[in-house]
Amino acid sequence: MIDKTRPDTRSCVADIPDGATLLVGGFGGAGMPHELIEAVIARAPRDLTIISNNAGNGTTGLAALLAAGLVRKVVCSFPRQADSFVFDQLYREGKLELELVPQGNLVERIRAGGAGIGAFFTPTGYGTPIAAGKETRQIDGRNYVLEYPLKADFALIKARRGDRWGNLTYRKTARNFGPVMATAAKVTVAQVEDIVPLGALDPEDIVTPGVFVDRLVAIGTGAAQ
Amino acid sequence: MSEIATAFKPWTRAEMAQRIAADIPDGAIVNIGIGMPELVADFLPQDKEILLHSENGILGMGPKPSPNEVDYDLINAGKQPVTLLEGGAFFDHSLSFAMMRGGHLDIAILGAFQVAVNGDLANWATNDPNAIPAVGGAMDLAVGARNVFVMMELLTKKGESKLVEHCTYPLTGLGCVSRVYTDHGVIDITPEGFVARQLPPGLDLDALNQRAGIAIRAS
Repeated sequence: MIDKTRPDTRSCVADIPDGATLLVGGFGGAGMPHELIEAVIARAPRDLTIISNNAGNGTTGLAALLAAGLVRKVVCSFPRQADSFVFDQLYREGKLELELVPQGNLVERIRAGGAGIGAFFTPTGYGTPIAAGKETRQIDGRNYVLEYPLKADFALIKARRGDRWGNLTYRKTARNFGPVMATAAKVTVAQVEDIVPLGALDPEDIVTPGVFVDRLVAIGTGAAQ
Repeated sequence: MSEIATAFKPWTRAEMAQRIAADIPDGAIVNIGIGMPELVADFLPQDKEILLHSENGILGMGPKPSPNEVDYDLINAGKQPVTLLEGGAFFDHSLSFAMMRGGHLDIAILGAFQVAVNGDLANWATNDPNAIPAVGGAMDLAVGARNVFVMMELLTKKGESKLVEHCTYPLTGLGCVSRVYTDHGVIDITPEGFVARQLPPGLDLDALNQRAGIAIRAS
């Protein structure tokens, strides 16, 4: 019998060690696994590396994780926002390392990590500071930059519904990085609004097949922040 | 400053946005960047079907919702609530950037700090050491969209031209910009350099060249 459901968020993140690398879903607040992040803050592993599109908004979610002083490095595409004051201050104080990655490279590097690809050539960033020091190649007259995969110890994502096999559906633009991040971690944890019986999800609607999910926990329908 | 130049009134941002919207053909797939280009969405002609792509996984993005329709799971690249048109679709980030990088978007409309005569674009970072860098999807749009239009004012607040021989700010993409919509007119980037496509009333080419500080030819 396969049952990946967990009774609470705490048991989903209890084995995240110091120094772990975490993929964290979400684009701004949409798809941000707020409740899982709260559980990580409560467990308080240190020296984390966070891979996520943004670096926190306001004082909740990733911003709260940063404010708790648990993060050593952020890999993201767009840290600077109107409400990214938590990141801004830590970065300016030199307390956070930043690896800035163009958004398409970020998701493709994660995709490569989950798909068993060793590296890939992309036109994005060629000739810019992002490509400095990286291997390049001309293919069919176009210039490309070699980019390497991103993998993580844990992926924390938010989905709409799940079943005990770990099959997931998503909601609107809260899907964003979830399906890709789910593939690229040793342990993928999904928080969902509700867990439904096996067979209740239309197989045509399942976006993330259960093979990519290790743990899921039902949070209920809280509106996104 | 010549008399001609002082008599001339630059286009407003709304007028620039109107001009861009009018140039988008029926059936085009368009990505509108965050910031100034967002205005273009307000002027899309009703008699054309133009599909808006949003990097966070929307094709067929609709206008702002009414207050009771706001859903924070349905947002645009600027993280503001939007709606979905009938026929619109959601998809994950990997597919969204495949659309961009893979040449499936007809037009991207981006803001810029500088555009060079060879079409180089600088729009993600200044040389300010205190600034926090953020690049987002700009580099993917720059290399991927079939046409990259820039919407920007011609001059910085200090009066320096943003049309330049070589970008001095960090580059977003090489040779990617095809047209620039400014408050001082619409300028194409051609193998022969900057070419004025349309000028606001009261501004002639000499006055434009004087303000831009760089050669812009007649079309």
